[in-house]
Amino acid sequence: MPPALLAQRIEKRYGRTLALRGVDLEVAEGELVGLLGPNGAGKSTLVKIACGLVRASGGRADVCGSPAGSAAARASLGYLAELFRFPGWYSADELLELHQRLTRSTGGAAERLELLRLVGLDAARHTRVEAMSKGMQQRLGIAQALVGGPRLLLLDEPTSALDPVGRRLVRSVLEGVRNRGVAVVLNSHLLGEVELVCDRVAIMRDGLIVADGTPAELARPRGVEIDTDAGTELVPAARRDDVPRLVAELVGRGTPVYGVRVLAGTLEEVYLEAVGEATS
Amino acid sequence: MSGVATVMGYALRESLRRRVFVIVLILTVCFLALYALAAREAFSEVTEFRGVVDEQERILFGATLLGLAMFGTLFLGAVLAVFLTLGVVRGDAERGLLQPLVVRPIGRVQLLVGRFLAAGAVCALYVFAVYLAAVAITDAIGGWSPDRLLLPGVSLAGGMLFLVAVSLLGSVFLSATANGIAIFMVFGAGLVGGLLGQLGEGLQSPTLEDIGRNVSWALPFEALYQSGLSALTEDTVGFAKIVVNLGPFGGARDMGAGIWPWTAAYTALVGVLAAVGFARRDL
Ligand SMILES: Nc1ncnc2c1ncn2[C@@H]1O[C@H](COP(=O)(O)OP(=O)(O)OP(=O)(O)O)[C@@H](O)[C@H]1O
Ligand SMILES: [Mg+2]
Repeated sequence: MPPALLAQRIEKRYGRTLALRGVDLEVAEGELVGLLGPNGAGKSTLVKIACGLVRASGGRADVCGSPAGSAAARASLGYLAELFRFPGWYSADELLELHQRLTRSTGGAAERLELLRLVGLDAARHTRVEAMSKGMQQRLGIAQALVGGPRLLLLDEPTSALDPVGRRLVRSVLEGVRNRGVAVVLNSHLLGEVELVCDRVAIMRDGLIVADGTPAELARPRGVEIDTDAGTELVPAARRDDVPRLVAELVGRGTPVYGVRVLAGTLEEVYLEAVGEATS
Repeated sequence: MSGVATVMGYALRESLRRRVFVIVLILTVCFLALYALAAREAFSEVTEFRGVVDEQERILFGATLLGLAMFGTLFLGAVLAVFLTLGVVRGDAERGLLQPLVVRPIGRVQLLVGRFLAAGAVCALYVFAVYLAAVAITDAIGGWSPDRLLLPGVSLAGGMLFLVAVSLLGSVFLSATANGIAIFMVFGAGLVGGLLGQLGEGLQSPTLEDIGRNVSWALPFEALYQSGLSALTEDTVGFAKIVVNLGPFGGARDMGAGIWPWTAAYTALVGVLAAVGFARRDL
Protein backbone atom coordinates (compact mmCIF):
# COMPACT_ATOMS: atom_id res chain seq x y z
CA MET A 1 0.00 0.00 0.00
CA PRO A 2 1.68 3.28 -1.07
CA PRO A 3 1.69 6.10 1.47
CA ALA A 4 -1.18 8.59 1.22
CA LEU A 5 1.32 11.37 0.69
CA LEU A 6 4.98 11.09 -0.14
CA ALA A 7 6.90 14.32 -0.61
CA GLN A 8 10.57 14.06 -1.49
CA ARG A 9 12.91 17.05 -1.58
CA ILE A 10 10.12 19.38 -2.65
CA GLU A 11 11.26 22.84 -3.65
CA LYS A 12 9.12 25.78 -4.64
CA ARG A 13 10.28 29.12 -5.91
CA TYR A 14 7.93 32.06 -6.38
CA GLY A 15 10.04 34.53 -8.33
CA ARG A 16 12.80 35.36 -5.87
CA THR A 17 11.07 33.82 -2.87
CA LEU A 18 12.16 30.30 -2.02
CA ALA A 19 9.00 29.07 -0.31
CA LEU A 20 10.08 25.44 0.06
CA ARG A 21 13.68 24.32 0.13
CA GLY A 22 13.68 20.53 0.09
CA VAL A 23 10.78 19.21 2.12
CA ASP A 24 10.48 15.49 2.87
CA LEU A 25 7.23 14.28 4.35
CA GLU A 26 5.53 10.93 4.38
CA VAL A 27 1.97 10.46 5.57
CA ALA A 28 0.80 6.89 5.97
CA GLU A 29 -2.68 5.56 5.34
CA GLY A 30 -4.90 6.53 8.27
CA GLU A 31 -2.35 8.87 9.82
CA LEU A 32 -3.34 12.30 11.09
CA VAL A 33 -0.45 14.70 10.69
CA GLY A 34 -0.44 18.26 11.97
CA LEU A 35 1.60 20.77 10.00
CA LEU A 36 2.73 23.66 12.18
CA GLY A 37 4.90 26.65 11.53
CA PRO A 38 4.96 30.44 11.57
CA ASN A 39 3.28 32.57 8.89
CA GLY A 40 5.11 32.16 5.61
CA ALA A 41 6.81 28.89 6.60
CA GLY A 42 5.43 27.16 3.51
CA LYS A 43 2.61 25.02 4.94
CA SER A 44 -0.03 26.12 2.44
CA THR A 45 2.44 25.86 -0.44
CA LEU A 46 3.24 22.26 0.48
CA VAL A 47 -0.44 21.32 0.64
CA LYS A 48 -1.19 23.11 -2.64
CA ILE A 49 1.57 21.14 -4.34
CA ALA A 50 0.06 17.92 -2.99
CA CYS A 51 -3.33 18.74 -4.49
CA GLY A 52 -1.95 19.99 -7.80
CA LEU A 53 -2.84 23.68 -7.46
CA VAL A 54 0.81 24.69 -7.45
CA ARG A 55 3.63 23.10 -9.43
CA ALA A 56 6.78 22.24 -7.52
CA SER A 57 10.04 23.72 -8.80
CA GLY A 58 11.90 20.59 -7.75
CA GLY A 59 11.47 17.25 -6.04
CA ARG A 60 8.62 14.83 -6.29
CA ALA A 61 5.26 14.41 -4.63
CA ASP A 62 2.97 11.39 -4.86
CA VAL A 63 -0.58 11.02 -3.61
CA CYS A 64 -1.62 7.40 -3.07
CA GLY A 65 1.05 6.29 -5.50
CA SER A 66 0.16 8.73 -8.32
CA PRO A 67 2.11 11.91 -9.14
CA ALA A 68 0.60 14.95 -7.41
CA GLY A 69 -1.57 16.91 -9.82
CA SER A 70 -2.51 13.91 -11.97
CA ALA A 71 -6.17 13.03 -12.35
CA ALA A 72 -5.64 9.84 -10.34
CA ALA A 73 -4.03 11.78 -7.50
CA ARG A 74 -6.82 14.34 -7.52
CA ALA A 75 -9.39 11.57 -7.47
CA SER A 76 -8.03 10.27 -4.17
CA LEU A 77 -7.91 13.51 -2.21
CA GLY A 78 -10.20 16.03 -0.61
CA TYR A 79 -9.06 19.59 0.00
CA LEU A 80 -10.19 22.62 1.89
CA ALA A 81 -8.22 25.77 1.09
CA GLU A 82 -7.16 28.36 3.61
CA LEU A 83 -9.04 31.02 1.65
CA PHE A 84 -12.01 29.55 -0.12
CA ARG A 85 -15.43 30.68 -1.21
CA PHE A 86 -18.40 28.75 -2.49
CA PRO A 87 -20.95 30.37 -4.80
CA GLY A 88 -23.45 32.11 -2.56
CA TRP A 89 -26.45 30.86 -4.49
CA TYR A 90 -25.84 27.16 -3.74
CA SER A 91 -27.52 25.54 -0.79
CA ALA A 92 -25.42 23.21 1.35
CA ASP A 93 -27.06 20.20 -0.26
CA GLU A 94 -26.62 21.54 -3.80
CA LEU A 95 -22.96 22.30 -3.22
CA LEU A 96 -22.31 18.75 -2.10
CA GLU A 97 -24.27 17.50 -5.11
CA LEU A 98 -22.04 19.56 -7.41
CA HIS A 99 -18.98 18.00 -5.83
CA GLN A 100 -20.50 14.55 -6.07
CA ARG A 101 -20.77 15.10 -9.80
CA LEU A 102 -17.23 16.44 -10.00
CA THR A 103 -15.87 13.41 -8.12
CA ARG A 104 -18.29 10.99 -9.82
CA SER A 105 -19.45 9.90 -6.39
CA THR A 106 -22.41 7.55 -6.44
CA GLY A 107 -23.30 8.21 -2.80
CA GLY A 108 -26.44 10.17 -3.72
CA ALA A 109 -28.65 11.90 -1.17
CA ALA A 110 -27.63 9.48 1.58
CA GLU A 111 -23.96 10.50 1.36
CA ARG A 112 -24.87 14.18 1.37
CA LEU A 113 -27.08 13.85 4.41
CA GLU A 114 -24.48 11.82 6.26
CA LEU A 115 -21.75 14.39 5.57
CA LEU A 116 -23.94 17.32 6.58
CA ARG A 117 -24.89 15.49 9.75
CA LEU A 118 -21.23 14.82 10.44
CA VAL A 119 -20.41 18.54 10.44
CA GLY A 120 -23.62 19.53 12.20
CA LEU A 121 -25.27 21.17 9.20
CA ASP A 122 -28.15 18.76 8.57
CA ALA A 123 -30.63 21.39 9.74
CA ALA A 124 -29.09 23.90 7.33
CA ARG A 125 -29.34 21.54 4.37
CA HIS A 126 -31.35 24.00 2.29
CA THR A 127 -29.68 27.16 3.57
CA ARG A 128 -27.83 29.08 0.90
CA VAL A 129 -24.10 29.62 1.34
CA GLU A 130 -24.60 33.39 1.26
CA ALA A 131 -26.84 33.11 4.31
CA MET A 132 -24.28 31.11 6.29
CA SER A 133 -21.85 32.38 8.89
CA LYS A 134 -18.15 31.94 8.16
CA GLY A 135 -17.97 29.08 10.62
CA MET A 136 -20.88 27.29 8.94
CA GLN A 137 -19.16 27.74 5.59
CA GLN A 138 -16.00 26.27 7.01
CA ARG A 139 -17.85 23.23 8.28
CA LEU A 140 -19.56 22.93 4.89
CA GLY A 141 -16.08 23.11 3.37
CA ILE A 142 -14.99 20.13 5.46
CA ALA A 143 -18.06 18.18 4.33
CA GLN A 144 -17.26 19.17 0.73
CA ALA A 145 -13.71 17.86 1.13
CA LEU A 146 -15.08 14.50 2.30
CA VAL A 147 -17.35 14.01 -0.72
CA GLY A 148 -16.53 10.86 -2.64
CA GLY A 149 -14.62 9.24 0.22
CA PRO A 150 -11.07 10.57 -0.30
CA ARG A 151 -8.08 8.61 0.98
CA LEU A 152 -6.15 11.77 1.77
CA LEU A 153 -7.70 14.83 3.32
CA LEU A 154 -5.77 18.10 3.07
CA LEU A 155 -7.14 20.78 5.37
CA ASP A 156 -5.53 24.21 5.45
CA GLU A 157 -6.50 25.89 8.72
CA PRO A 158 -10.02 24.43 8.69
CA THR A 159 -10.97 25.73 12.13
CA SER A 160 -9.76 29.32 11.87
CA ALA A 161 -13.33 30.68 11.91
CA LEU A 162 -14.86 28.16 14.29
CA ASP A 163 -16.08 28.70 17.83
CA PRO A 164 -14.88 26.29 20.54
CA VAL A 165 -17.85 23.96 20.04
CA GLY A 166 -17.24 23.91 16.31
CA ARG A 167 -13.58 23.12 16.88
CA ARG A 168 -14.43 20.20 19.08
CA LEU A 169 -16.87 18.98 16.46
CA VAL A 170 -14.17 19.14 13.81
CA ARG A 171 -11.76 17.28 16.09
CA SER A 172 -14.22 14.46 16.46
CA VAL A 173 -14.87 14.49 12.69
CA LEU A 174 -11.13 14.17 12.08
CA GLU A 175 -10.80 11.33 14.55
CA GLY A 176 -13.74 9.63 12.86
CA VAL A 177 -12.27 9.81 9.37
CA ARG A 178 -8.84 8.81 10.59
CA ASN A 179 -10.36 5.73 12.21
CA ARG A 180 -11.83 4.85 8.83
CA GLY A 181 -8.32 4.77 7.38
CA VAL A 182 -8.28 8.24 5.80
CA ALA A 183 -4.98 10.07 6.05
CA VAL A 184 -5.25 13.70 7.12
CA VAL A 185 -2.85 16.62 6.83
CA LEU A 186 -3.99 19.44 9.07
CA ASN A 187 -2.39 22.88 8.78
CA SER A 188 -2.98 24.85 11.90
CA HIS A 189 -1.73 27.53 14.23
CA LEU A 190 -3.70 26.07 17.13
CA LEU A 191 -1.13 24.02 18.99
CA GLY A 192 -3.58 22.73 21.56
CA GLU A 193 -5.85 21.40 18.87
CA VAL A 194 -3.00 19.73 17.00
CA GLU A 195 -1.68 18.20 20.21
CA LEU A 196 -5.10 16.78 21.02
CA VAL A 197 -5.89 15.21 17.70
CA CYS A 198 -2.75 14.52 15.69
CA ASP A 199 -0.77 11.28 15.58
CA ARG A 200 2.25 13.15 14.34
CA VAL A 201 3.37 16.72 14.16
CA ALA A 202 5.70 18.29 11.61
CA ILE A 203 6.97 21.78 12.30
CA MET A 204 8.05 23.92 9.36
CA ARG A 205 10.20 26.97 9.28
CA ASP A 206 11.52 28.89 6.28
CA GLY A 207 10.51 26.21 3.82
CA LEU A 208 11.98 23.30 5.75
CA ILE A 209 10.63 20.74 8.20
CA VAL A 210 12.61 21.39 11.37
CA ALA A 211 10.91 18.94 13.74
CA ASP A 212 8.86 15.83 13.10
CA GLY A 213 7.48 13.27 15.55
CA THR A 214 4.56 12.25 17.72
CA PRO A 215 3.42 14.91 20.18
CA ALA A 216 4.83 12.73 22.98
CA GLU A 217 8.20 12.38 21.26
CA LEU A 218 8.40 16.09 20.61
CA ALA A 219 7.29 17.08 24.08
CA ARG A 220 10.55 16.15 25.75
CA PRO A 221 10.58 15.81 29.55
CA ARG A 222 11.86 18.80 31.51
CA GLY A 223 12.62 17.12 34.80
CA VAL A 224 10.89 16.58 38.12
CA GLU A 225 9.64 19.23 40.55
CA ILE A 226 9.54 18.35 44.24
CA ASP A 227 7.87 20.41 46.99
CA THR A 228 9.64 20.11 50.39
CA ASP A 229 9.65 22.28 53.50
CA ALA A 230 12.65 24.06 51.94
CA GLY A 231 10.54 25.10 48.94
CA THR A 232 10.22 23.76 45.40
CA GLU A 233 13.22 22.05 43.93
CA LEU A 234 13.67 21.24 40.20
CA VAL A 235 15.76 18.21 39.23
CA PRO A 236 16.19 18.84 35.46
CA ALA A 237 17.82 15.53 34.58
CA ALA A 238 15.25 13.42 36.40
CA ARG A 239 12.52 11.38 34.65
CA ARG A 240 9.31 9.70 35.82
CA ASP A 241 11.23 6.52 36.63
CA ASP A 242 13.50 8.45 38.99
CA VAL A 243 10.62 9.66 41.20
CA PRO A 244 10.48 6.74 43.74
CA ARG A 245 14.26 6.91 44.25
CA LEU A 246 14.28 10.70 44.68
CA VAL A 247 11.41 10.61 47.17
CA ALA A 248 12.99 7.72 49.11
CA GLU A 249 16.27 9.63 49.36
CA LEU A 250 14.59 12.79 50.67
CA VAL A 251 12.41 10.92 53.15
CA GLY A 252 15.48 8.92 54.24
CA ARG A 253 17.23 12.21 55.00
CA GLY A 254 14.21 13.24 57.06
CA THR A 255 12.94 15.86 54.60
CA PRO A 256 9.13 15.92 54.35
CA VAL A 257 7.81 15.72 50.75
CA TYR A 258 4.54 17.57 50.02
CA GLY A 259 4.27 17.04 46.30
CA VAL A 260 5.99 15.71 43.17
CA ARG A 261 5.39 16.73 39.56
CA VAL A 262 6.87 15.17 36.41
CA LEU A 263 7.31 18.03 33.91
CA ALA A 264 6.80 17.36 30.23
CA GLY A 265 7.60 20.06 27.67
CA THR A 266 4.46 21.33 26.06
CA LEU A 267 4.12 21.36 22.31
CA GLU A 268 4.16 25.11 22.55
CA GLU A 269 7.60 25.05 24.11
CA VAL A 270 8.86 22.62 21.51
CA TYR A 271 7.34 24.78 18.81
CA LEU A 272 8.90 27.99 20.09
CA GLU A 273 12.25 26.27 20.39
CA ALA A 274 12.01 24.91 16.85
CA VAL A 275 10.95 28.10 15.11
CA GLY A 276 12.71 30.59 17.32
CA GLU A 277 11.03 33.94 17.05
CA ALA A 278 10.33 33.45 13.35
CA THR A 279 7.18 34.98 11.92
CA SER A 280 6.66 36.96 8.76
CA MET B 1 -17.44 14.51 -20.97
CA SER B 2 -19.74 14.50 -17.96
CA GLY B 3 -17.23 16.81 -16.28
CA VAL B 4 -17.63 19.32 -19.11
CA ALA B 5 -21.42 19.14 -18.78
CA THR B 6 -21.17 19.73 -15.03
CA VAL B 7 -19.00 22.80 -15.55
CA MET B 8 -21.43 24.10 -18.20
CA GLY B 9 -24.30 23.71 -15.77
CA TYR B 10 -22.29 25.49 -13.09
CA ALA B 11 -21.48 28.37 -15.46
CA LEU B 12 -25.07 28.77 -16.66
CA ARG B 13 -26.36 28.71 -13.12
CA GLU B 14 -23.83 31.37 -12.15
CA SER B 15 -25.14 33.62 -14.94
CA LEU B 16 -28.74 33.01 -13.92
CA ARG B 17 -28.05 33.79 -10.29
CA ARG B 18 -26.02 36.86 -11.04
CA ARG B 19 -29.05 38.09 -12.98
CA VAL B 20 -26.93 38.49 -16.08
CA PHE B 21 -29.71 37.09 -18.22
CA VAL B 22 -32.41 39.31 -16.71
CA ILE B 23 -30.37 42.44 -17.34
CA VAL B 24 -29.47 41.33 -20.85
CA LEU B 25 -33.10 40.54 -21.61
CA ILE B 26 -34.28 43.96 -20.43
CA LEU B 27 -31.57 45.78 -22.37
CA THR B 28 -32.27 43.73 -25.48
CA VAL B 29 -35.97 44.49 -25.37
CA CYS B 30 -35.11 48.19 -25.03
CA PHE B 31 -32.66 47.93 -27.92
CA LEU B 32 -35.17 46.20 -30.21
CA ALA B 33 -37.93 48.64 -29.25
CA LEU B 34 -35.67 51.55 -30.11
CA TYR B 35 -34.75 49.84 -33.33
CA ALA B 36 -38.40 49.35 -34.25
CA LEU B 37 -39.08 53.00 -33.49
CA ALA B 38 -36.16 54.14 -35.62
CA ALA B 39 -37.18 51.82 -38.46
CA ARG B 40 -40.73 53.16 -38.43
CA GLU B 41 -39.52 56.73 -38.42
CA ALA B 42 -37.07 56.10 -41.23
CA PHE B 43 -39.46 54.22 -43.51
CA SER B 44 -42.39 56.60 -42.85
CA GLU B 45 -40.16 59.56 -43.61
CA VAL B 46 -39.52 58.14 -47.04
CA THR B 47 -43.14 57.42 -47.66
CA GLU B 48 -44.25 60.88 -46.60
CA PHE B 49 -41.58 62.52 -48.68
CA ARG B 50 -42.20 60.74 -51.92
CA GLY B 51 -45.69 59.32 -51.53
CA VAL B 52 -44.49 55.75 -52.23
CA VAL B 53 -41.30 53.94 -51.35
CA ASP B 54 -39.44 53.00 -54.46
CA GLU B 55 -37.63 49.66 -54.50
CA GLN B 56 -34.08 51.06 -54.45
CA GLU B 57 -34.86 53.26 -51.47
CA ARG B 58 -36.49 50.40 -49.64
CA ILE B 59 -33.27 48.39 -50.07
CA LEU B 60 -31.11 51.34 -49.06
CA PHE B 61 -33.05 52.02 -45.87
CA GLY B 62 -33.54 48.38 -44.98
CA ALA B 63 -29.91 47.40 -45.43
CA THR B 64 -28.57 50.45 -43.61
CA LEU B 65 -30.94 49.98 -40.69
CA LEU B 66 -30.26 46.28 -40.42
CA GLY B 67 -26.52 46.98 -40.67
CA LEU B 68 -26.92 49.34 -37.73
CA ALA B 69 -28.85 46.68 -35.83
CA MET B 70 -26.06 44.20 -36.53
CA PHE B 71 -23.55 46.62 -35.12
CA GLY B 72 -25.66 47.01 -31.98
CA THR B 73 -26.07 43.24 -31.75
CA LEU B 74 -22.35 42.70 -32.09
CA PHE B 75 -21.72 45.19 -29.32
CA LEU B 76 -24.31 43.69 -26.96
CA GLY B 77 -23.00 40.22 -27.71
CA ALA B 78 -19.45 41.35 -26.97
CA VAL B 79 -20.56 42.81 -23.63
CA LEU B 80 -22.21 39.52 -22.78
CA ALA B 81 -19.19 37.46 -23.90
CA VAL B 82 -16.82 39.56 -21.83
CA PHE B 83 -18.89 39.59 -18.67
CA LEU B 84 -19.57 35.86 -18.78
CA THR B 85 -15.88 34.99 -18.99
CA LEU B 86 -13.72 37.84 -17.73
CA GLY B 87 -12.90 36.26 -14.37
CA VAL B 88 -13.05 32.55 -15.14
CA VAL B 89 -9.47 31.73 -14.17
CA ARG B 90 -7.59 34.45 -12.34
CA GLY B 91 -10.59 36.37 -11.12
CA ASP B 92 -12.23 33.27 -9.64
CA ALA B 93 -8.91 32.04 -8.27
CA GLU B 94 -8.35 35.34 -6.48
CA ARG B 95 -11.75 35.01 -4.87
CA GLY B 96 -11.14 31.39 -3.87
CA LEU B 97 -13.97 30.07 -6.04
CA LEU B 98 -11.82 28.16 -8.50
CA GLN B 99 -9.64 26.04 -6.21
CA PRO B 100 -12.38 23.70 -4.95
CA LEU B 101 -13.27 22.87 -8.57
CA VAL B 102 -9.77 22.51 -9.97
CA VAL B 103 -8.61 19.98 -7.36
CA ARG B 104 -11.37 17.65 -8.49
CA PRO B 105 -10.54 14.98 -11.06
CA ILE B 106 -12.24 16.86 -13.93
CA GLY B 107 -9.12 18.99 -14.34
CA ARG B 108 -8.30 22.27 -15.95
CA VAL B 109 -8.84 21.53 -19.64
CA GLN B 110 -12.36 20.26 -19.08
CA LEU B 111 -13.06 23.26 -16.91
CA LEU B 112 -12.02 25.61 -19.71
CA VAL B 113 -13.90 23.64 -22.35
CA GLY B 114 -17.06 23.66 -20.22
CA ARG B 115 -16.77 27.38 -19.67
CA PHE B 116 -16.16 27.99 -23.37
CA LEU B 117 -19.13 25.90 -24.45
CA ALA B 118 -21.46 27.52 -21.92
CA ALA B 119 -20.51 31.13 -22.67
CA GLY B 120 -20.07 30.44 -26.38
CA ALA B 121 -23.50 28.84 -26.72
CA VAL B 122 -25.20 31.63 -24.79
CA CYS B 123 -23.54 34.42 -26.79
CA ALA B 124 -23.88 32.74 -30.18
CA LEU B 125 -27.57 31.98 -29.64
CA TYR B 126 -28.10 35.45 -28.25
CA VAL B 127 -26.67 37.36 -31.22
CA PHE B 128 -28.41 35.02 -33.64
CA ALA B 129 -31.77 35.55 -31.95
CA VAL B 130 -31.36 39.34 -31.73
CA TYR B 131 -30.32 39.46 -35.38
CA LEU B 132 -33.40 37.45 -36.41
CA ALA B 133 -35.60 39.73 -34.32
CA ALA B 134 -34.12 42.76 -36.09
CA VAL B 135 -34.73 41.08 -39.46
CA ALA B 136 -38.34 40.43 -38.51
CA ILE B 137 -38.84 44.02 -37.38
CA THR B 138 -37.27 45.38 -40.58
CA ASP B 139 -39.45 43.13 -42.68
CA ALA B 140 -42.63 43.97 -40.78
CA ILE B 141 -42.07 47.71 -40.86
CA GLY B 142 -40.22 48.30 -44.11
CA GLY B 143 -41.10 45.24 -46.14
CA TRP B 144 -37.45 44.44 -46.81
CA SER B 145 -35.45 41.37 -45.89
CA PRO B 146 -31.78 40.63 -46.55
CA ASP B 147 -30.56 38.66 -49.56
CA ARG B 148 -29.01 36.05 -47.27
CA LEU B 149 -31.28 35.52 -44.32
CA LEU B 150 -29.15 33.32 -42.01
CA LEU B 151 -25.55 33.96 -43.01
CA PRO B 152 -25.21 37.39 -41.32
CA GLY B 153 -26.53 35.93 -38.04
CA VAL B 154 -24.18 32.97 -38.28
CA SER B 155 -21.30 35.38 -38.91
CA LEU B 156 -22.13 37.30 -35.76
CA ALA B 157 -22.34 34.02 -33.82
CA GLY B 158 -18.94 32.93 -35.13
CA GLY B 159 -17.47 36.23 -33.99
CA MET B 160 -18.88 35.59 -30.52
CA LEU B 161 -17.10 32.23 -30.25
CA PHE B 162 -13.83 33.94 -31.09
CA LEU B 163 -14.40 36.71 -28.53
CA VAL B 164 -15.30 34.19 -25.81
CA ALA B 165 -12.09 32.27 -26.49
CA VAL B 166 -9.99 35.45 -26.36
CA SER B 167 -11.65 36.54 -23.13
CA LEU B 168 -10.97 33.12 -21.57
CA LEU B 169 -7.34 33.37 -22.65
CA GLY B 170 -7.14 36.82 -21.07
CA SER B 171 -8.71 35.53 -17.87
CA VAL B 172 -5.79 33.11 -17.44
CA PHE B 173 -3.28 35.94 -17.20
CA LEU B 174 -5.21 39.04 -16.14
CA SER B 175 -7.33 39.88 -13.16
CA ALA B 176 -11.02 40.28 -13.97
CA THR B 177 -11.06 44.06 -14.34
CA ALA B 178 -7.88 44.20 -16.41
CA ASN B 179 -9.17 41.44 -18.65
CA GLY B 180 -12.50 43.18 -19.20
CA ILE B 181 -10.73 46.38 -20.19
CA ALA B 182 -8.32 44.50 -22.45
CA ILE B 183 -11.06 42.65 -24.31
CA PHE B 184 -13.06 45.83 -24.91
CA MET B 185 -9.90 47.45 -26.25
CA VAL B 186 -9.42 44.52 -28.61
CA PHE B 187 -13.05 44.87 -29.63
CA GLY B 188 -12.57 48.59 -30.23
CA ALA B 189 -9.40 47.96 -32.21
CA GLY B 190 -11.35 45.65 -34.48
CA LEU B 191 -13.99 48.29 -35.13
CA VAL B 192 -11.36 50.94 -35.82
CA GLY B 193 -9.67 48.56 -38.23
CA GLY B 194 -12.96 48.06 -40.03
CA LEU B 195 -13.53 51.81 -40.25
CA LEU B 196 -10.00 52.35 -41.57
CA GLY B 197 -10.67 49.80 -44.27
CA GLN B 198 -13.87 51.59 -45.30
CA LEU B 199 -12.11 54.92 -45.21
CA GLY B 200 -9.40 53.46 -47.41
CA GLU B 201 -12.02 52.25 -49.85
CA GLY B 202 -13.74 55.63 -49.90
CA LEU B 203 -10.50 57.55 -50.32
CA GLN B 204 -9.13 54.92 -52.66
CA SER B 205 -6.05 54.53 -50.46
CA PRO B 206 -4.59 51.03 -50.85
CA THR B 207 -2.48 51.44 -47.70
CA LEU B 208 -5.50 52.16 -45.51
CA GLU B 209 -7.39 49.35 -47.15
CA ASP B 210 -4.53 46.96 -46.45
CA ILE B 211 -4.38 48.02 -42.82
CA GLY B 212 -8.12 47.55 -42.50
CA ARG B 213 -7.97 44.13 -44.11
CA ASN B 214 -5.08 42.99 -41.91
CA VAL B 215 -6.82 44.15 -38.75
CA SER B 216 -9.97 42.34 -39.84
CA TRP B 217 -8.09 39.08 -40.31
CA ALA B 218 -6.16 39.54 -37.08
CA LEU B 219 -9.45 40.08 -35.22
CA PRO B 220 -11.78 37.85 -37.21
CA PHE B 221 -14.97 38.82 -35.35
CA GLU B 222 -14.61 42.05 -37.34
CA ALA B 223 -14.02 40.21 -40.62
CA LEU B 224 -17.06 38.04 -39.96
CA TYR B 225 -19.13 41.09 -39.18
CA GLN B 226 -18.04 42.70 -42.46
CA SER B 227 -18.87 39.51 -44.33
CA GLY B 228 -22.25 39.39 -42.64
CA LEU B 229 -22.95 42.98 -43.64
CA SER B 230 -22.04 42.31 -47.23
CA ALA B 231 -24.30 39.23 -47.27
CA LEU B 232 -27.26 41.52 -46.48
CA THR B 233 -27.16 42.87 -50.04
CA GLU B 234 -25.21 40.10 -51.71
CA ASP B 235 -27.45 39.83 -54.80
CA THR B 236 -28.43 43.49 -54.94
CA VAL B 237 -27.32 45.64 -57.88
CA GLY B 238 -27.74 49.23 -58.90
CA PHE B 239 -27.87 52.55 -57.13
CA ALA B 240 -28.87 51.17 -53.70
CA LYS B 241 -25.92 48.79 -53.60
CA ILE B 242 -23.48 51.58 -54.36
CA VAL B 243 -24.91 53.82 -51.66
CA VAL B 244 -25.03 50.97 -49.13
CA ASN B 245 -21.38 50.27 -49.78
CA LEU B 246 -20.51 53.88 -49.01
CA GLY B 247 -22.57 54.11 -45.83
CA PRO B 248 -20.90 54.05 -42.44
CA PHE B 249 -22.23 50.63 -41.45
CA GLY B 250 -23.07 49.27 -44.84
CA GLY B 251 -19.60 49.56 -46.35
CA ALA B 252 -19.14 45.85 -46.11
CA ARG B 253 -16.53 43.69 -47.71
CA ASP B 254 -16.95 40.02 -48.32
CA MET B 255 -13.88 38.35 -46.89
CA GLY B 256 -14.40 35.17 -48.89
CA ALA B 257 -15.12 31.68 -47.63
CA GLY B 258 -11.60 31.43 -46.24
CA ILE B 259 -12.61 33.48 -43.23
CA TRP B 260 -14.47 30.52 -41.75
CA PRO B 261 -11.66 27.96 -41.51
CA TRP B 262 -9.34 30.81 -40.51
CA THR B 263 -11.60 31.83 -37.62
CA ALA B 264 -12.07 28.22 -36.54
CA ALA B 265 -8.33 27.51 -36.52
CA TYR B 266 -7.60 30.82 -34.82
CA THR B 267 -10.20 30.18 -32.11
CA ALA B 268 -8.77 26.71 -31.55
CA LEU B 269 -5.26 28.14 -31.24
CA VAL B 270 -6.45 30.72 -28.70
CA GLY B 271 -8.09 27.87 -26.79
CA VAL B 272 -4.90 25.82 -26.79
CA LEU B 273 -2.89 28.81 -25.56
CA ALA B 274 -5.42 29.32 -22.78
CA ALA B 275 -5.21 25.64 -21.79
CA VAL B 276 -1.41 25.68 -21.78
CA GLY B 277 -1.29 28.91 -19.78
CA PHE B 278 -3.86 27.60 -17.33
CA ALA B 279 -1.99 24.29 -16.90
CA ARG B 280 1.18 26.16 -15.94
CA ARG B 281 -0.50 28.58 -13.59
CA ASP B 282 -0.13 28.36 -9.79
CA LEU B 283 -3.47 28.93 -8.09
N1 LIG C 1 1.54 33.12 -5.12
C1 LIG C 1 2.65 33.49 -4.47
N2 LIG C 1 3.51 34.35 -5.05
C2 LIG C 1 4.63 34.72 -4.43
N3 LIG C 1 5.00 34.29 -3.21
C3 LIG C 1 4.18 33.45 -2.57
C4 LIG C 1 2.96 33.01 -3.16
N4 LIG C 1 2.37 32.16 -2.30
C5 LIG C 1 3.17 32.08 -1.23
N5 LIG C 1 4.27 32.86 -1.37
C6 LIG C 1 5.37 32.98 -0.41
O1 LIG C 1 5.79 31.67 -0.09
C7 LIG C 1 6.10 31.58 1.29
C8 LIG C 1 5.27 30.48 1.92
O2 LIG C 1 3.90 30.85 1.91
P1 LIG C 1 2.75 29.91 2.47
O3 LIG C 1 1.48 30.54 2.12
O4 LIG C 1 3.00 28.53 2.02
O5 LIG C 1 3.00 30.01 4.03
P2 LIG C 1 2.14 29.40 5.23
O6 LIG C 1 3.07 28.58 6.03
O7 LIG C 1 0.92 28.73 4.72
O8 LIG C 1 1.75 30.72 6.03
P3 LIG C 1 0.42 31.08 6.84
O9 LIG C 1 0.57 30.45 8.18
O10 LIG C 1 0.47 32.56 6.94
O11 LIG C 1 -0.75 30.57 6.09
C9 LIG C 1 5.83 32.96 1.87
O12 LIG C 1 7.07 33.63 1.92
C10 LIG C 1 4.93 33.61 0.87
O13 LIG C 1 5.15 34.99 0.86
MG1 LIG D 1 -1.08 29.10 4.90
